[in-house]
Amino acid sequence: MTADIHDISVTVNGTSYRRQVEGRLLLSDFIRHDLLLAGTHVGCEHGVCGACTIIFDGAAVRSCLMFAAQADGHDIMTVEGLAPDHERLHPLQQAMRECHGLQCGYCTPGILMTMKVFLEENPAPDEAQIREALSGNLCRCTGYQHIVEAVQLAAERLRK
Amino acid sequence: MNVVATRNFGAPVTRNEDARLLSGQALFVDDVELPGMVYAAFLRSSVAHARIRSIDVSAARARDGVVAVYTAEDLGSYWAPGPLLVPPPPIKDIVFNQRTQVPLARDKVRHVGEPLAVVLAHSRYLAEDALADIAVDLDPLPAVVDLERAAADDAARVHDDVRGNVAARVWQGRGNYAAARARAARVVGRRFRYDHGCSSPIETRGVVANWDARANRLTIWDTTQAPVFFRNGIAAMLGLSERQVRVIAPFVGGGFGPKIMLFYPEEVVIPWAAKKLNRPVKWIEDRLEHFFATTHERGQTHDAEIAVDADGRILGVKDVFLHDTGAYNPYGLTVPINSQCTLLGPYAIANYDSTFTAVFTNKPIVTPYRGAGRQHGVFVIERLLDIAAHELKIDRAEIRRRNLIPPDAFPYNNEIIYQDFAPLSYDSGNYQPILDKALEMIGYRRFLADEQPRLRAQGRNVGIGVACYVEGTGIGPYEGAKVQVQANGKVSLATGIGTQGQGHFTAFAQIVADQLGVDVRDVDVVTGDTDQFYWGAGTFASRGAVVAGNAVNEAAKVVRQKILKLAAEHFECAEEDLEIADGKVAVVGVPGQSVALGALALKANPMRGAVKPGTEPGLESTQYFGPPSGATASGVHAMIVEVDPQTCTLEVRKYVVVHDCGTVINPLILAGQIHGGVAQGIGNAFYEQLVFDEDGQLLNASLADYLLPTALEVPHMELAHTVTVSPLNPLGIKGAGEAGAIPVGPLFAQAIEDALGLLHNNIELNEIPLSPSRLFELTAKPATAR
Repeated sequence: MTADIHDISVTVNGTSYRRQVEGRLLLSDFIRHDLLLAGTHVGCEHGVCGACTIIFDGAAVRSCLMFAAQADGHDIMTVEGLAPDHERLHPLQQAMRECHGLQCGYCTPGILMTMKVFLEENPAPDEAQIREALSGNLCRCTGYQHIVEAVQLAAERLRK
Repeated sequence: MNVVATRNFGAPVTRNEDARLLSGQALFVDDVELPGMVYAAFLRSSVAHARIRSIDVSAARARDGVVAVYTAEDLGSYWAPGPLLVPPPPIKDIVFNQRTQVPLARDKVRHVGEPLAVVLAHSRYLAEDALADIAVDLDPLPAVVDLERAAADDAARVHDDVRGNVAARVWQGRGNYAAARARAARVVGRRFRYDHGCSSPIETRGVVANWDARANRLTIWDTTQAPVFFRNGIAAMLGLSERQVRVIAPFVGGGFGPKIMLFYPEEVVIPWAAKKLNRPVKWIEDRLEHFFATTHERGQTHDAEIAVDADGRILGVKDVFLHDTGAYNPYGLTVPINSQCTLLGPYAIANYDSTFTAVFTNKPIVTPYRGAGRQHGVFVIERLLDIAAHELKIDRAEIRRRNLIPPDAFPYNNEIIYQDFAPLSYDSGNYQPILDKALEMIGYRRFLADEQPRLRAQGRNVGIGVACYVEGTGIGPYEGAKVQVQANGKVSLATGIGTQGQGHFTAFAQIVADQLGVDVRDVDVVTGDTDQFYWGAGTFASRGAVVAGNAVNEAAKVVRQKILKLAAEHFECAEEDLEIADGKVAVVGVPGQSVALGALALKANPMRGAVKPGTEPGLESTQYFGPPSGATASGVHAMIVEVDPQTCTLEVRKYVVVHDCGTVINPLILAGQIHGGVAQGIGNAFYEQLVFDEDGQLLNASLADYLLPTALEVPHMELAHTVTVSPLNPLGIKGAGEAGAIPVGPLFAQAIEDALGLLHNNIELNEIPLSPSRLFELTAKPATAR
C-alpha cells in the first residue's frame, strides 16, 4: 500500500503549523500526538461523548470525527487556547472552578469548548437551554448540576 | 493556645487541582509520549467460548512498521493466571473455586474480548492494521450466558473442571428465620432481577511502560486505582524488587471501581513487552475494547421473602440468589457479599437467612462498580417493604419508619461477616431524622393528599417514591501519609492512594492547612506515585477520605508538634506561648517575634555541627491509619416522577437526597460525589443495560447504544445532610463515594409504580434496569406473571 500523505497547514490557538499527515489520521490524534496539545481528550472515537470537542472556524466540532487533512487551511482553538494568559482563567474556566463543575476533569476540555461557542450564540440562556446544549457532552462524574450552575455564572459575568 | 483553627475543614474550598485540569495541563496516561515508543493493539476473541486450535502471527510479524507480535506461547514461564485479589472472608462452610484471568488466552477463550495476541508497532494505526493479518482458528463451544441455566448441573462448563459453573456458594444468617416465618402475619415472596452495567469512565484504561536499562528500573503509568498494589504485583511477576518499579497513576479520568481491578491482561503484558524490547510501550483502550476488556458489574437473580407482623414490623428475611461473576473471579466475593450484607439496610432484622451462588458465565469479568453489589441488596429489601406495605395497607414511608434501627442501639451488630472480613457492625447512626427530613423536603404528605389527586384528575401520571439505605464505607486495612514542610514554606503531602476526581488534592490539603496554619493553596498534594509514597491499599469502597484522610491528619499533627518544639527552642519559650498561623510561628503577645515555617524547616536540617542523639532532620512525619472496621453511612432518597403512559418516558419533577456521612470535610466536593452517584444510579435504573445474546455477544457495545445519562436525563437534585459522627476515626468521618448510586433502582421502581397505579392492577416492577420499552412491555401484559 502506498502511503497516502497530505501536506497541511493549520492554525491552532493562533500558531501556524505545517505538517505532513497520513490521510486516515484523525484530527484528534493529530492535535494530541503530532502537535502535542494533549488537553483535547478522546473518550469514544465515535462522536458520542464530546470529550474531543474543539472550536473549528468558530464552530464546536468533534475532532474524532474529522481527519487531520480536512483541517488544512482552517483555524482551530483547543482548551490550551482558552485562557487569556498563564496567570488568568477564562470566565468559563473560573466559573467551573468556583461551582465545582469538574471532578476527574477528563470531559472538561470538551465541555469548555462546547459551552464557549454556546454562550457566544446564547449570551443569556436559561437552565433548560444550557442542559440541551450540554446534552452532547457526557460527564460521568458530576451529574451535570454544578456544570449547569457554572455555565449560568459564566454567562452572567460574560454579559457584564 | 495551640488550638487548631478549623478555617478550612468543613468549608466549601474550591479545588487545588482545577487550574491544571481546566487549562489542559493535567497529565493523563495517554499524554505520556516518550522517544522510541511503540504502540500496542490487542487481538481479542470474537466468540464467547471456544477452544483455540491455532494462532498464526507470521504475516503480522512481517508487516512494515510492526516491531513484535506475541501470543501466550511467547510469554513462556511469565504466563500465569493472575492473583486472587480478595480472598474469601472467613465464613463457615464456604465454597470457593478460584479461577483467575490469564494474560493472553492459551487453550480456551472464555469471553468475547479476551486477548489472544498483542501487536507492537510504530503507531497504533499500524498495530491495528497488523491485527487483521493474524489467523486464528477457534473451535466454538456452547456459550454459558443465562444465569439460571449456567447454574444447572448439566450446563456447559466455562472452566472444564467446575461442575455447574459454581464459583462460590455462601450461607450467612442470624436468628431463626423458620421460627420467625411461622409467627408472621404475612409473608411476601418474590423473584427480583437486578442488573448493574459498566462504569464507563470517560477516560478508558491505559498503560505506558518504560524500562530504563541504565537505571535498572521500570516506570509504569497506569490508570489504576491501586498503584502500590500494582507495583508490588508486577515487580513479583517480573522478578524485580519493588524498589525497581515505579508506578504512577497520574490524573485518572474517572474510575468508579473497575480501575481497582488487578491485574488486567494489558497490565501484565505491556510492562513485560517494554522490558523485553527495551523501549517504551503504550497501550490505550478504545471505547469498543472497554466494553469487553474492562470489568462490568451485571446481574443477580434473587428469590426473596419477608415475614412481617400485622403492623408491618419485619420478623425476618430469607433470600437465595445467583450472582453472575463472569468468566473469572479475581475479585473474590466482594460484590455478592456486599449484596448479602447491604440488604439488611437501616432496618432491625433479627432473623436473616441468605444463601448465594456465584456462577461463572462466558461474559466479561465482574468486579465492583460504584455501589459494588450494594444496589442489588437494597433493591430486594426496599421492594419487599413496598409490596408488604401495599398488602398490609400501610403507608410506604411508615413501614420504613417502623423498622428503622433506633438510635440507642448503636453500635448495631448484624452478626454476619462483611467484605472487610469483620462482623457487619454499624458504628453509629440516627436514621429517623434522615427519613423525616427527606419526607419534608419532597413534600410527601402534601403530594399524596393534594397534588397527586389533583394532577391525576387532570389525567397526569405522577408518583412519589422514598427509599432508604446504608453504605458500608471506609474499610481497612490502612493508608498512610507523609507531611513535610519545605524550605520555601510550602507543605508537601504524599499518600499512596490514587485519585480519579474525588478532590484529594483539596480535601487532604484542608486537613493539613488547619493543622499547620498554612494557606490551603500552599499544600502540594501528591497521590498515586509509588516513588513519593511507598505504602497503601488504594481508592475503593468509599474509603479515601476516611482512611487516608485520618492518616493525613495524624501526620500533620506530628509535624505540628515538631514545629512547636523547634520554635520553642528558637524563642526560648514554652510551646504553650506559641501560635501557628499564616505560615509562621509567633510568640503570643510579643509583636515581631515570629519565624516562618520555611525558616524552621531549614533550621531542622543543619548542614554542619552536631545534633542531639535521636534527632530526626526536617519538619516531616509519616503516619498510618487503619480503622478497626468500616464506618456506616446512611441516607434516604425521594423522588416525584411523571410518566408518559404512551411513550413510557419519564420526567423527574423533584429529587431529594438526605445523607449522613459523619463529619464533612468539604461540602462542595461532597455534593459533587452525591450528584454524580445519583446520575449513575439513574443510568442504572432506566437507561443502561448490557445486552448479551445467547451466544454471549454484547449487542450494544458503543456509547450510541449503551446510554449514559446526559444533562437532560439527570434532574436538578436537592441535598441535605445530617451528621452522626463515626467513633471509629479521630475525624469522625464516613465515606460518601457510593451513596448517591445505591438506592436509585428501587426508588424508580416504586415511584413509577405509584405514578401508573400499577400495584392496584397487580403489576409490580421487580427488575432493574427498566427502560421505556421494558416499562411498556411490563405494563402492557396481563397481570398473571409475577
